[in-house]
Amino acid sequence: MLLVHLILGLFGICCVVPLIMVISISFSSESAILSTGYRLLPVGLTASAYSHIFDRADQLIAAYRNSIIVTAVGTALGTAIMAGASYALSRKEFRGSLVFTFLFMFPLLFSGGLVPTYILMVRYLGLLDSYWALILPFLVNPWHVFLLRAYMQSIPQDVVESARIDGAYEAQIFTRIIVPMTSAGIAAVALLLSLLYWNDWYNALLYINDAALAPLQFWMMRVMTNIRFLLDVDTLVGGDVMMVEDLPNETARMAMVVLAAGPMLIVYPFFQRYFTKGIRVGSIKG
Amino acid sequence: MWDPLIPTDNGRVAELRLRKRSFFGRHNIEFLLLILPALAVTIVYRYLPMGGLVIAFKDYRPGIGIAASDWVGFQNFEFFFASDQVWNVTRNTLLYNLAFIVTGTVTAITFAILLYEVSSRSAVKTYQTLFLLPYFLSWVVVGIIMYGFLNARLGIANPIIERFGGTAVEWYADPRPWPGLLLFTNVWKWSGYNMIIYYAALMGIDPTLFEAAEIDGAGWFRKVFAITIPMLMPVAVVMLILSLGRIFFADFGMFFQLTQQSPLLLESTDVINWFTYRALIELRDYGMSSAIGLYQSVIGFILIIVTNWAARRMSGNESQLF
Repeated sequence: MLLVHLILGLFGICCVVPLIMVISISFSSESAILSTGYRLLPVGLTASAYSHIFDRADQLIAAYRNSIIVTAVGTALGTAIMAGASYALSRKEFRGSLVFTFLFMFPLLFSGGLVPTYILMVRYLGLLDSYWALILPFLVNPWHVFLLRAYMQSIPQDVVESARIDGAYEAQIFTRIIVPMTSAGIAAVALLLSLLYWNDWYNALLYINDAALAPLQFWMMRVMTNIRFLLDVDTLVGGDVMMVEDLPNETARMAMVVLAAGPMLIVYPFFQRYFTKGIRVGSIKG
Repeated sequence: MWDPLIPTDNGRVAELRLRKRSFFGRHNIEFLLLILPALAVTIVYRYLPMGGLVIAFKDYRPGIGIAASDWVGFQNFEFFFASDQVWNVTRNTLLYNLAFIVTGTVTAITFAILLYEVSSRSAVKTYQTLFLLPYFLSWVVVGIIMYGFLNARLGIANPIIERFGGTAVEWYADPRPWPGLLLFTNVWKWSGYNMIIYYAALMGIDPTLFEAAEIDGAGWFRKVFAITIPMLMPVAVVMLILSLGRIFFADFGMFFQLTQQSPLLLESTDVINWFTYRALIELRDYGMSSAIGLYQSVIGFILIIVTNWAARRMSGNESQLF
């Protein structure tokens, strides 16, 4: 038993230590970090890195706004249309449900891949530098559809049937009965989906050239690239680190990570129940 | 199912059941309307690109579109297979994915079995919470954290190595340590998520099985290998089929972000998806890039069909994907 806790505890520490390090550095003073290197505990406790970021906050605020818009619209829209489709797919009396289920599943087995998708988005849909280029890719995901369908299949046929006898439209049955009864599953999918949107940088890398539209993760990636580029130049010309000092410095970079990853990590424990249950239902029935 | 022996509400149930039989009956039209938005998105975003795969056989020029571009037969494939990087990226992709499947499955199952031994509910929940933390971080964030450990000026790793008498490593210039680093990071990021899947399967095992085995004098290891692992096989096989179907697809974000795109590491960190990305975005070579994509998709499709068929042959109907 002790061995069990030892192994699990050790891995648990591995999971949490990097985060502690990031938070510690973000609350350390820049000069202390530069003289001692990164540490696991804050040296010279201060919040100056955060005030430093917020002093020049225009880009950060824009990046936050972009991420929030994309995450909110994408999650709401995606959850709604996937839930609607899942309700139809979950009903045996829906003629054609097998064909449609297959249509949703097949892209898991075979896909067009990067280039045709890129050409479709850029040339035929004209979505370069548009929020929709960031929203469309995750909007409908076969896994989420199957997860919701599994939840909805568990609702007894009698419930649906009795509502039909009372003359309800399917859309009414869906919104008044099915959605409230499967709210746990819908919450799980909304959480999974919002995580996909919030953590996305790949679609921005492909479709966003306008810096004003960059979402948070993509903006961070750009900052890292710039720092690295200047450091390379710096070592090449053998100069001191003067150029680098204008950039978000060591502590500010970690403060940036805290601000980007923080919202998800703070929200998640409140929804952990839905989340773990969602993974389970999805893996067993889906 | 409708049971004619149960009295119906003045026959309207029977009437409804008759009406819905038609594909274009009232209820079916309503179902179709509900499914339409998601279906439209799927057709546009997932099916149209499949048609676009024809550009693998074309000399695509963005100015004139797909239809007007010239056919060039297998020329794009020749370019790809003639490139000296094709062997390297294919080997890296396959080996990394195989190693990820093996290490990922073994650690996830081990953690699930260990967690099953923990009886306190709050301890179980705490471990789950901790193990899932990495799952919530984007590869960008993980890349920055890794940079915090490894960077040459301030990183934590080199001072520790030096304290134990080793020599400092130029992490972002030396490809040799990277297979190990990537393997570890992959396990670190996904173990929690996969553990929950296996743990859920464990919770479904009838506990009397273990009690019976105990009465027969089975020890802990005996129970694990005779009951737990066989009971986990159906789930493991499904996960295996899925990952084998993706074996030619690398987790692009991982390789791209963790290495900080350092060109010095490509020998051991370049993968097919990254190669495709460079061919498209940097070289603007649409033809070759989509030829690689088609090669990936077709092999992935064949693998998933074959493994699914093999799983069905070996273990009956319980552990197959479709």
